[in-house]
Amino acid sequence: MQVTMTVNGNEVTEDIEPRLLLVHFVRDVLGLTGTHWGCDTSNCGACVLWLDDVPVKSCTTLAVMASGRSVRTVEDLAQGGVLDPVQEGFMQEHGLQCGFCTPGMLMTARWLLDHDADPDENTIREAIAGNVCRCTGYENIVRSIRWAAAHADGAEQQAAPATDEVTA
Amino acid sequence: MTTTDTPGTTADVPRARTAEAAGAPEAPLSAAGNPIGFGRMLRKEDARFLRGQGKYVDDVQLPGMLHGAVLRSPHAHARIVSIDTSAAEAHPKVRAVITGAVLETLNLAWMPTLSGDVQSVLCTDKVRFQGQEVAFVVADDHYSARDALELIDVEYAPLPAVVDARKALDPDAPLIRDDLEGRTDNKIYDWEAGDAAACDDVFSRADVVVTQDMVYPRVHPAPMETCGSVAHMDPVSGKLTIWTTTQAPHAHRTLYAIVAGLPEHKIQVISPDIGGGFGNKVGIYPGYVCSIVGSILTGKPVKWVEDRSENLMSTSFARDYHMHGEIAATREGKILGLRVNVLADHGAFNGVAQPTKYPAGFFHIFTGSYDYAAAHCNVTAVYSNKAPGGVAYACSFRITEAVYLVERMVDCLADELSMDPAALRMQNLLQPEQFPYTTPTGWEYDSGNYPAALTEAMRIAGYDELRAEQAALRADPDSTSMMGIGLSFFTEGVGAGPRKHMDILGLGMADGCDLRVHPTGKAVLRLSVQSQGQGHETTFAQIVAQELGIPPEDIEVVHGDTDNTPFGLGTYGSRSTPVSGAAAAVAARRVKDKSRIIAAASLECSPDDLEWDHGRWHVKGDPNQAKTIAEIAMLAHGTLELPDGMEGHLDAQVVYDPPELTYPFGAYISVVDVDKGTGAVKVRRFIAVDDCGPRINPMIVEGQVHGGLADGIGMALMEVIAFEEDGNNVGGSFLNYLLPTSMECPSYELGQTVTPSPHHPLGVKGVGESATVGSPAAIVNAVLDALQIRHADMPLTPAAVWRAQQGNPIRTDLAIV
Ligand code: FES
Ligand code: FES
Repeated sequence: MQVTMTVNGNEVTEDIEPRLLLVHFVRDVLGLTGTHWGCDTSNCGACVLWLDDVPVKSCTTLAVMASGRSVRTVEDLAQGGVLDPVQEGFMQEHGLQCGFCTPGMLMTARWLLDHDADPDENTIREAIAGNVCRCTGYENIVRSIRWAAAHADGAEQQAAPATDEVTA
Repeated sequence: MTTTDTPGTTADVPRARTAEAAGAPEAPLSAAGNPIGFGRMLRKEDARFLRGQGKYVDDVQLPGMLHGAVLRSPHAHARIVSIDTSAAEAHPKVRAVITGAVLETLNLAWMPTLSGDVQSVLCTDKVRFQGQEVAFVVADDHYSARDALELIDVEYAPLPAVVDARKALDPDAPLIRDDLEGRTDNKIYDWEAGDAAACDDVFSRADVVVTQDMVYPRVHPAPMETCGSVAHMDPVSGKLTIWTTTQAPHAHRTLYAIVAGLPEHKIQVISPDIGGGFGNKVGIYPGYVCSIVGSILTGKPVKWVEDRSENLMSTSFARDYHMHGEIAATREGKILGLRVNVLADHGAFNGVAQPTKYPAGFFHIFTGSYDYAAAHCNVTAVYSNKAPGGVAYACSFRITEAVYLVERMVDCLADELSMDPAALRMQNLLQPEQFPYTTPTGWEYDSGNYPAALTEAMRIAGYDELRAEQAALRADPDSTSMMGIGLSFFTEGVGAGPRKHMDILGLGMADGCDLRVHPTGKAVLRLSVQSQGQGHETTFAQIVAQELGIPPEDIEVVHGDTDNTPFGLGTYGSRSTPVSGAAAAVAARRVKDKSRIIAAASLECSPDDLEWDHGRWHVKGDPNQAKTIAEIAMLAHGTLELPDGMEGHLDAQVVYDPPELTYPFGAYISVVDVDKGTGAVKVRRFIAVDDCGPRINPMIVEGQVHGGLADGIGMALMEVIAFEEDGNNVGGSFLNYLLPTSMECPSYELGQTVTPSPHHPLGVKGVGESATVGSPAAIVNAVLDALQIRHADMPLTPAAVWRAQQGNPIRTDLAIV
């Protein structure tokens, strides 16, 4: 069947099987492999993206459910080559190691900061409780999100040394 | 030197961007603001991960690529009567259905394990664990491959299963490995270390002997990325390329070469970005082999990525050690002896990954951090109808089990003697002047100051105040919770290992490294080890930067591709920095030595007249007469007349054979609160003082420790792969294999002491597994301290805690109640 939706600001129309999961749609059909898949049971959060501005687990969402709606993935966080403050925060505070949980964490964190500009540690921990990370023990993820809250205007990130540019 | 994070305020502490490596002089900063050497440096690899541009195996898309799926056994032990694949083959999108019978024609139905056993790739006779691979379907897309699995009709004749290792050696136990000739029982080996007679003597004379049975349950590394592969056998060139989740690309290539009879140069193993490993991605799994066979049969690339249940049920588990410990001491608390009998459950195939000489891994380091008159261990390993594996989940080759055993036994002794567990440890720790120290089971610890680490941990914790708080709480009849304080002191032996002692499948555990400085002074470093999140692209660049003064952003680190890296055994057992880190340092020093001679030729002086100063050689007493490493690199590639016998260019190739293991250590303290009503455990604080020698990048070291502490919390409180009597795995999804989330983990309080390794070129000791090894005992000890109970087995779930309180501890690794 045919679905049309907006993905990262672009309208896409594709012919898909009705049973296709949204995570497979964005990864395999659209080639947006930043969204990951890590479990069969909606427990890990590696697949989190936004559906109409709300973080959802795309492994438990059918692609057809996104029909006529808008999807935002990690690939859309950096704008014009400038990292979103949450991305910058994860770099500054070493909020990632293997990077596999990171896109889901970033999408959850961005949503949190959009709704609570200055969350305390406990609020952050509750917000990311549906996103499992096996590498960082969460400590630096909490710090990363705090960093982003403290640098919401993006001023700092312009000035930040471009470790980025080295390998980008 | 120590640094400490204060609880509760860490998120707001501004972080210095400059070098803060203890034990190393502060490195100068590069133009990009990075330390030219050791120090806190943001990771080079983050740029791609943050943008969703990481390249994991499942992200590989090739033209014409097909998709594979594995049919698995629902039974733990059953003879296969028949397999009918006709309906699956008739599926319009199916390209191939592979069974054990098909593999037999290719001589691939069985493959060697890393422990000299064999393992079934696709079952030909009987299934030996639930989730074992029975058939492989290749189809146009993943969904169709899964559909076709449903169309395969397998008739099984179920057999009684061995699930409880304690029953594996019963005379009437079903024989699991009837495929092995001459085998009549389920025993894999008996192995011992230490001096049994001396131990008997010590125990017979001791004032106090405490015995305790304990189970280190079966757990799973469960990296967030499951295992998978994309195989492409190019029918024209005859070259096999396999993108795969491997921590050891070169070892895998050699194994494929042996199994498939292909020469190494016709096999390229690419380990792209790896979403966590923790030992789960050391072995070769049947799915990898099936994707290769699928590609050979179809002439197309074939992708296979397991789902989470497949990962938990069939790939390398960890632990499953049943231990009987005995500790002997004087009434005053001087520890005299330790002995332990282990029953090791290896599952259906002996597939542990560890140095050949040590079938129980490094478990015989179980004497830990104390001084003894004698010690002895005996390990008996058995087959069971469970998935194979055993050495995984950041265990340092079974040192996790060893540390848990000794640290629990010391607490049991403290309980028996009514002594404070910290005081008992302090009384018995090895003293700094005893190093290098040879343990009763033959390990030679390189260096350490154990009392300093324990003192530091107690200082950060405020140990005496905590005990006072606990006493007050215990005296309060209205308190709703019980407070516990738990300690653990660990010593690990990592960096396997010296070639004369250590190999895997005959491959010596040395690692290669190529360093090439380009004419413009930028460099490329090629490694045999493989990052799964450890940040090698950053850390190894810092090692070369430290030695050569080249900014780390100008050093490209290449890994994870056998066509582009030197041979070596890969990353596990915390061996990257101890082995490959040394290789990188030695390579850089060779380049530096050569650069001195070239600088001297150019400055028309003797090399002896030159002095090194942060990336340049200058004439002693005349800093203006100098050549930078970049200038020397250009000269080396240019027309300068070089001394007799010296080749041009500026590069070095090194194979590093570690002379010994390195021995990181640490003192951990956890504080827990146990709800009296529900038995729920909350980890209130965790203090970790680690000594891994000088820290190349303290930010990365701390991150490794944080992750390991979360693992420890998971194992101690939540994680277990349990089985029902018939071998049904009840830990096969994240619904019942519980991983710690942000809510179960506290904000950690880290400290450090720095005792360099005397034999490592950089003095560094490795840290990847320290916290996973050291933390479970600290948490269990804390919970039992809260409950004032001598022992209960992990995981200490609310139900297990509640039962233990009723005086009825159960085997939490079995769902049989
Ligand atoms: S993939 Fe695990 S929650 Fe979606
Ligand atoms: S960074 Fe590896 S799972 Fe979070």
